[in-house]
Amino acid sequence: MATSETGDGGADPGGVRRFARNWAAAAAGLGYLPLSFAETADILHGHTLRLAAAVLAGTFDGQAGRDVGRWLVEGHLTEPAVLGWAVQALGEDFLPLVLPQLATSAPARERISHLQGALAEGYARALRNRTFAQQSSIRQAAWSARDAAEQALRDSEVRFRAVFTGAAIGIGLADLDGRIIDVNQAFADMLGYTITELREINVGQLFHPDDAPGMYQFYLELIEGKHDRARVEKRYYRKDGAPIWTDLAVSLIRHDDGRPRFTVAMVEDITDRYELQERLRFQAEHDPLTGLPNRVLFFDRLALALADPDGQVGVCFLDLDGFKSINDGLGHDVGDQLLAVVARRLADSAADSGHLVARMGGDEFVILVTRCTGTPQLVGVAQAALAALAAPAQVDGHQLTVSASIGVVASPTAGTTPTEVMKAADTTLYWAKADGRGRWAVFDPVRGARDVTRSALAAALPAALDRGEFVVEYQPITRLSDRTVSAVEALVRWQHPQLGRLGPDRFVALAEETGLIVRLGRWVLEQACRQASRWRAEHPQAPIVVSVNISARQVSDPQLVGEVAGVLTRTGLPPELLQLELTESAVMATGGEPLPALRRLAGLGVRLAIDDFGTGYSNLAYLRRMPIHVLKLAGPFVEGMRVAGPEGDRDERIVDALVRLAHALNLTVTAEAVETGEQADRLVALGCDQAQGWHFGRPVPAGEITERLSRGPDRTVTGP
Amino acid sequence: MAEQASGVPAGVDLSRPSAARVYDYFLGGAHNFDVDRQLAEQIAAMTPHLAETMRAGRAFLRRAVRALLADGVDQFLDIGSGIPTVGNVHEVAHAVNPAATVVYVDIDPVAVAHSRSILAEVGRAVVLQADLREPEAICARAAATGLIDFARPVGILLAGVAHFVPDADDPQGVLRRLRSAAAVGSYLVISHATYEDQPPEVLAAQRLSARTDTEITLRSRAEVTAMFGDFAIVDPGVVHLPLWRPDSDADVDAHPERFGAFGGVARLDAAAV
Repeated sequence: MATSETGDGGADPGGVRRFARNWAAAAAGLGYLPLSFAETADILHGHTLRLAAAVLAGTFDGQAGRDVGRWLVEGHLTEPAVLGWAVQALGEDFLPLVLPQLATSAPARERISHLQGALAEGYARALRNRTFAQQSSIRQAAWSARDAAEQALRDSEVRFRAVFTGAAIGIGLADLDGRIIDVNQAFADMLGYTITELREINVGQLFHPDDAPGMYQFYLELIEGKHDRARVEKRYYRKDGAPIWTDLAVSLIRHDDGRPRFTVAMVEDITDRYELQERLRFQAEHDPLTGLPNRVLFFDRLALALADPDGQVGVCFLDLDGFKSINDGLGHDVGDQLLAVVARRLADSAADSGHLVARMGGDEFVILVTRCTGTPQLVGVAQAALAALAAPAQVDGHQLTVSASIGVVASPTAGTTPTEVMKAADTTLYWAKADGRGRWAVFDPVRGARDVTRSALAAALPAALDRGEFVVEYQPITRLSDRTVSAVEALVRWQHPQLGRLGPDRFVALAEETGLIVRLGRWVLEQACRQASRWRAEHPQAPIVVSVNISARQVSDPQLVGEVAGVLTRTGLPPELLQLELTESAVMATGGEPLPALRRLAGLGVRLAIDDFGTGYSNLAYLRRMPIHVLKLAGPFVEGMRVAGPEGDRDERIVDALVRLAHALNLTVTAEAVETGEQADRLVALGCDQAQGWHFGRPVPAGEITERLSRGPDRTVTGP
Repeated sequence: MAEQASGVPAGVDLSRPSAARVYDYFLGGAHNFDVDRQLAEQIAAMTPHLAETMRAGRAFLRRAVRALLADGVDQFLDIGSGIPTVGNVHEVAHAVNPAATVVYVDIDPVAVAHSRSILAEVGRAVVLQADLREPEAICARAAATGLIDFARPVGILLAGVAHFVPDADDPQGVLRRLRSAAAVGSYLVISHATYEDQPPEVLAAQRLSARTDTEITLRSRAEVTAMFGDFAIVDPGVVHLPLWRPDSDADVDAHPERFGAFGGVARLDAAAV
């Protein structure tokens, strides 16, 4: 269409601007503007001019419409409604606004129609192309991203595969059915299979009856998803049957949703370490000399046996008799070899029964009888042990006969500790030794309790003496000729804070065993002399003698004489008012020779009495040469006189003989344990000089004696 | 490649919609798949303004970048760039300063791959796959491209991305670490979805966003403002998107709050250091 055909002049600039702005406003209102409104309007201004030019062109073609359609897409004005607006506005508003001179021109309207079609065509083509291109590019991008991710996964897999393949530790994967999916070379080597062979093995086949209890159960729970990992020391058997020990860590791998998927096992061969541990454990629990279990293992087993809530356990505690002399005499080497022989024999003697034989140390051995049926069974075990040792042992050219003492203890497991059992065994062993060795003794709880009390008392003695828990009482000794108190015997009592008043029978023997008797005796002597001196001062006209017991330990104490002299000096008591009572065994202590100490005591002027005369093995010949003043007849003879009949008669004749003997030696005779007037009368008839006993008065505190003395010259006693 | 904590690389799951592709769809692009379009239509059906919100966000970014260019900033770190097709930062920047440099960062491997193909023919712009929650790594790798010198002012762009960081991942801490990398004169640009002034359906749309790999956390103006830290917020402050320096009054209608997002720009002034 020529310009002449479309009228004079070009596009109306104001109309072009208005059309472009309307277009931009529509685009902004209907879709997304990638540029600002003004920029968009600028661009659309250009498009409007291009379209106007096409209407005015001499020769029309639709290219301008297609171009503008394409530019809209390229400018991202792709909201479909914007295209709709453009096509409609082109038809309705373009000519009136932009080319008002052609508003009614039919050719122009025809060109507009063509341009509408061309614009839609160009837009659609460009949008289709762009959509294809973008779909293609996003797909490309997706593939490329996925490729990159997969490449990364492959790289990662290669890295992990390298770790898996090259790891020194065995790694294996198994599915939930226990089928082995894959293992590495280290795992295969460890078990002596090829990888292919292992892939055909089920995990279940690798479990073993010797596995720790519950291990298989735990594995089952793991694949059920109840646990995520497990770590155990597990024994495997290699293909060749050799056992290996491993440190096994199994982890459960789950699906994304948490369902169990497969298991990964990491296995380290710790056979060497395990064997070393076992060796160390064996060494820690066994005695290197004899190879027997040691006290560690013994106490472990004992504790284990005692853990059984209602059983009985037995212990035979054995100690060789006189082993020290063998060791000292023949040397430790011989001693050690003898111990090894003893150990072997004891082990053999118990081998069939399965009892544990352990060396506790030194020459002490112990046989542990678990599930013990009672003392008879233990006695059998002890006898078997003694029998096993009976035959002489050939050691290093010596023929050694060895015996042993055994303490036998059977104990219910409930409420007993290993310490209590072994304490009882130790006590019982001591009894067996004390009973003469080469024998067994069975624990007696009553005796044991007594022993316990004794040792408790023995332990408490020194402190009791320091705390002043001892008191001295005095028992009258009556002269039978005039029935007056001529002397008192000092008797020590223990005012025990818990047990009450204890007599000498409860603690004097203990004090002698522990040596405390020296201190205790010294204290009693001091008290008695001080008291006697007081009585003498109060009653100078009728002095009484105080008689104090002196133990064998004291007699052999070289300081005794000096002490007695010191006490006499300190208390001012004349020596003739002090009488020391000694037992026959104390007097005869060394080879039957009278002790020089006795002569020196006698030299001080002190009176000496033989206590409990007639019960020991007195050598009458020496008795004759000793500086003795008094014989105290042992209680049993006097007690026997109470009995009517032949026995009573016999005791009376013995007393008669002893009185005559004493008188023949110029000794005074005192009868003890006189309890009845009849006894007193007979003793008088037999010519006995003095008597003491309940008939004449029980031991009483010093105050009562004082009172009795104060009653004046009539000190006659007629009984309790 | 980003790797998960286990050390195994993350895979690409094309059966799940991607936020970047949904965004592209809302901007009229075809860089998306059925699953993205379906989600986009679902979201759009519930929140009619959402498409406009995304367009408004894009327009805000454009205006902000131009403002930064006008202040002489010539290097940009665009974190959460998505698929940089329509109105992307390097085009806006290069139109003003052909020497300007851009480093795009996105967590979506597909978006990153696509960006890479687009940028293959563009100089001075590269893309990295990284996670906003690791700002130190982002800065170190951006610096390693040679396109960004953190000793000079840099424009850090967080357009519609910070709301993908849940509170449990300490977004304020992430922002603090990111800001600490910037030199004096640097800018921080943030647009962030909000529940303030919003109808209830916005919250429903937020729940839908959980179907993409990241859920949107809507935040208050105060929380968004706090993200700028010691940077000085420039006029007009943290505002609804169309209100931030509109090109013309015609661009602002009667309900700028309907876009459901705040935008703001702040600058690190010397005094703050």
